[in-house]
Amino acid sequence: MTTIKDGKGRQKAPLTPWKQKSKKEKKPLPGIASMDGRWGYPAIAPFFILFLIFGVAPVVYSIYIAFFKWDPLGESEFNGINNFIFLIQDSDFWIALRNTFSIWALSTFPQMIIAISLAAILRNKRLKGKSFWRTILLVPNITSVIAITIVFQQLFGREYGLINGILGLIPGVENIDFIEGVIPSHIQIATMITWRWIGYNTLIFLASMLAIPDELYESASVDGATKWQQFKYVTLPSLKNTITFVLIVGTIGGLQVFAEPQQLAADGGSTKQFLTLTLFLYNQAFLNNKYGYAAAIGIAITVIVLIISAINFVITRKLSGEGSR
Amino acid sequence: MKRNIPKWQKTSKLHYLMLVLITFLSIFPFYWMFIVSSNTDAEISKSPPSLVPGPRFLEVANKVLNAEGVYFSQALINTFIVGVAVAVAQVIFSAIAGFAFAKLHFRGRQFSILFVVATMMLPSQLGIVPLFIMANKLNLVNTLYALIVPALVTAFGVFWMRQIIDAQVPNEILEAATIDGASVPRVFWSVVLPSIRQSSFVLGLFAFLASWNDYLWPTIVLQSPERFTLQVALTQLKPLYGLDYSLQMGGAFLATAPLLILFIFVGRRLVSGVMDGAVKG
Repeated sequence: MTTIKDGKGRQKAPLTPWKQKSKKEKKPLPGIASMDGRWGYPAIAPFFILFLIFGVAPVVYSIYIAFFKWDPLGESEFNGINNFIFLIQDSDFWIALRNTFSIWALSTFPQMIIAISLAAILRNKRLKGKSFWRTILLVPNITSVIAITIVFQQLFGREYGLINGILGLIPGVENIDFIEGVIPSHIQIATMITWRWIGYNTLIFLASMLAIPDELYESASVDGATKWQQFKYVTLPSLKNTITFVLIVGTIGGLQVFAEPQQLAADGGSTKQFLTLTLFLYNQAFLNNKYGYAAAIGIAITVIVLIISAINFVITRKLSGEGSR
Repeated sequence: MKRNIPKWQKTSKLHYLMLVLITFLSIFPFYWMFIVSSNTDAEISKSPPSLVPGPRFLEVANKVLNAEGVYFSQALINTFIVGVAVAVAQVIFSAIAGFAFAKLHFRGRQFSILFVVATMMLPSQLGIVPLFIMANKLNLVNTLYALIVPALVTAFGVFWMRQIIDAQVPNEILEAATIDGASVPRVFWSVVLPSIRQSSFVLGLFAFLASWNDYLWPTIVLQSPERFTLQVALTQLKPLYGLDYSLQMGGAFLATAPLLILFIFVGRRLVSGVMDGAVKG
């Protein structure tokens, strides 16, 4: 995140270029002079070796496999970029992409709005039971995805589910099928994700709101700013980096949605409404034994993550540039 | 008294109402697990459904523990072993490497840190197929080692520890210790470690919870039911026909209860851990 701060600094740099320079020169040497730096190598070696074997090697290996027709039982042959060509032509890929993004959007945006509002409430110093509310918010986050899926699946049931029971109290509302309907099925999964992550994200936003100095609110209040104006002109601008962070982490998480759809419909559902990118990858690799193709899907997912992160950075930079003007 | 409170700090009843609502929504699914698993199918299907616990929970719990082909109590033990092993390993490896990255000056340090942080951007599915091929070659498939070994170190853990040691261990203390003649390992052991105990515990908790709740990798790499972790065992409890969720809900409740009990003791520390790791500003 420091890069963004640097970006902010650079925006102002032309006014005080000497400050920038002197800062860099004053920066002390990393590490402590009196301690022998050579100890660093044995200290990072155990971590680094394991990390290279189980973290980095699979990634490199994955890129290699993606260019093969790789059958774990039979022969493997070089396949060029055919896996990628086939992927682009595979309608399942596009359906999975659509489902993944639909679920991501349905879970991310409501979650952001609610989490920021809750954090704004929790920031208040006069609030009673602060520690209690914060702790309670984190309870859903420690629950496993499978347990969550089991509960919500029952709550979202078409005939006897509690949610349809409550919706049925509104006159004229028919029971909604949260399994067969495309959007309802995505809403069901998005609800599970939202429920699990909203408290966590509230705490992230809260931490960054607590770093905003009280004086800003005080002076805004003295100037006659309403609560909403304070929120809009003091709180929101200081949350930009955190919003980017939460969006990027949310995107990486959103592209990994697997357990929920797999529990609801292992094959992706009757109209493939539950087929997310990771479920698609899993099924190609471990049901169809197409390792090379699955590796290509993994690379596609990674490329999507990197593109979205890049877009995110650009937008945040632009916004903070405008903010400082 | 009230007049002394600045306007921008006022709380309203509406705020408390929202917090109560969110508390209710956070707790309800756990309560509902218990309701469904302690009532008969008929009690749950009627309109409105029963909202109070029924008498059947012990019976259902018994069914879960003795379900055909499901080794639920063994799964509990497996999950616990893996979680503790992963947590201890991650704390040790991350603390040592994090210390080096935060405080020692050696060539290649900056590059190594950047490299580690950059890999955090990569989604974990990218390596999952090769990881399975590797596990196969190392004869780890269908063993608990397959869950432990790849999780011994994480980029997140090292990065987190680096930040913590950087922020919580002042350079002056380290300087003083080395000038007194302590060797670098000695400094780590008797100066750094004691001051990061709390944070190490939080990192261990994160690792334990992540391991406990992991599903994708265990479902790929474990094959026989007696090796399953809780998450995989839970999927075995699906109702074969009809809508009787009591067995699965009972299982979900039993699999979650240990975490809830743990949370009562460590919840506050987890909260501060999450907030310490957040991006400020």
